[in-house]
Amino acid sequence: MRFVDEYRDAGKARMLAAEIASRCEPGRRYTFMEVCGGHTHTIYKHGLEDHLPENVVLVHGPGCPVCVIPMGRVDDAIHIASQPDVIMTSFGDMTRVPGGQGSFLDAKAAGADIRMVYSPLDALRIAQANPDRRVVFMAIGFETTAPSTAMTILRAAADGIRNFSVFCNHVMIIPAIKAILDSPDLRLDGFIGPGHVSAVIGCEPYEFIARDYGKPLVVAGFEPLDILQSVHMLLGRLASGRAEVANQYARVVPWQGNRTAMDVIRRVMRLRPHFEWRGLGFISQSALMLADEYAAFDAERIFELPGVRVADPKACQCGEVLKGVLRPWECKVFGTACTPETPIGTCMVSSEGACAAYYNFGRFSRDRVREATRA
Amino acid sequence: MCLGIPGELVGTDEEHADLALVDVSGVRRRINVGLLADEDLKAGDWVLVHVGFALSKISESEAQAVLDYLEGLGQAYDDELDALRQSDIS
Repeated sequence: MRFVDEYRDAGKARMLAAEIASRCEPGRRYTFMEVCGGHTHTIYKHGLEDHLPENVVLVHGPGCPVCVIPMGRVDDAIHIASQPDVIMTSFGDMTRVPGGQGSFLDAKAAGADIRMVYSPLDALRIAQANPDRRVVFMAIGFETTAPSTAMTILRAAADGIRNFSVFCNHVMIIPAIKAILDSPDLRLDGFIGPGHVSAVIGCEPYEFIARDYGKPLVVAGFEPLDILQSVHMLLGRLASGRAEVANQYARVVPWQGNRTAMDVIRRVMRLRPHFEWRGLGFISQSALMLADEYAAFDAERIFELPGVRVADPKACQCGEVLKGVLRPWECKVFGTACTPETPIGTCMVSSEGACAAYYNFGRFSRDRVREATRA
Repeated sequence: MCLGIPGELVGTDEEHADLALVDVSGVRRRINVGLLADEDLKAGDWVLVHVGFALSKISESEAQAVLDYLEGLGQAYDDELDALRQSDIS
């Protein structure tokens, strides 16, 4: 326990909060985006916004991989799962993600063989145990999980497992950040950079944000004090006019990332020309597909997919929430038609989605209701 | 899926150099350590495990801090541990 107190210490939090307040220029408003859903979770759980001055605003970014899966891709996966000889596998997070024709849970109830796994290697084992079935792994996630998918494909190739394939939906964080920076909707002063993604890609890929857009980014850990310290570091850089990338989470994130993991991704995967992100639309070169050498393991080449683009439900404003333009409670259906039990949008599905995190930690205060109704 | 879970290395797999046995909150499972091939891992080391793969080597104090954070998450961590319990990587 003594270790943990270091990151939770209420006295330290108060001290940092005071330093944060003293670093703010009077009358200036600071808007920082926390890119990663894990950070969103910490911010709401510990009520960190209550520790920040009113002119420091945290907005939530697109870094929840479940939240950015467009409905059409869920439909495609269910289409594959409906083939009689297929066992579809994916992470438990996918279970309730709504497609245009329902979720995995609905498809399972209708008879499809869909199994949740902890690791893509578990999906590979299912393939080995069921040689007369075709086993497909629906791969989702940013650079944190892409190396695992790539390693699993290398293993399948090495062991000559022919009834295993991957429906690849891996996305990359840098193009998403760039799309947000280029979007006219939002003016940001800096970023709290993702922790685990950075353990893979390192800190260098963020340098364009400082160089080309003149904004600082601090890679942050997941404890409350990590986030407060990162805000403090961002304000310090703004005060002295230094747009630069810094690493607050060096205890996990090496500056150069995990080179083995990046090499494995490069070996097995290629950039897609474009990919649709829920809420953000099509972003070019923002996602990964299997390289031609591994076409035999590519579900998109093995199965014929409908590939129909499905528009989000009209009432759903996940797109605005994912871009940080709307805060969760400002969405028209938040907490009424859309709840974690009956999600309309993906931000309410994943526990790291901004809406679910906000809903679950009951931070829907009266002020916020007033703010929302005024808007 | 997004949770990085700290595991303590308790053994290696003699047949597969890229597999190792880890202890995660009392759950012992095989994981893949191929992404940390440069780290020269040994028993007693701590790693952050994502979907069955060790992604970063961490200190014991960081491992304890992360475990405490995860335990505070409640359901999301319980679900992840349940999924890990059913995992059978070989």
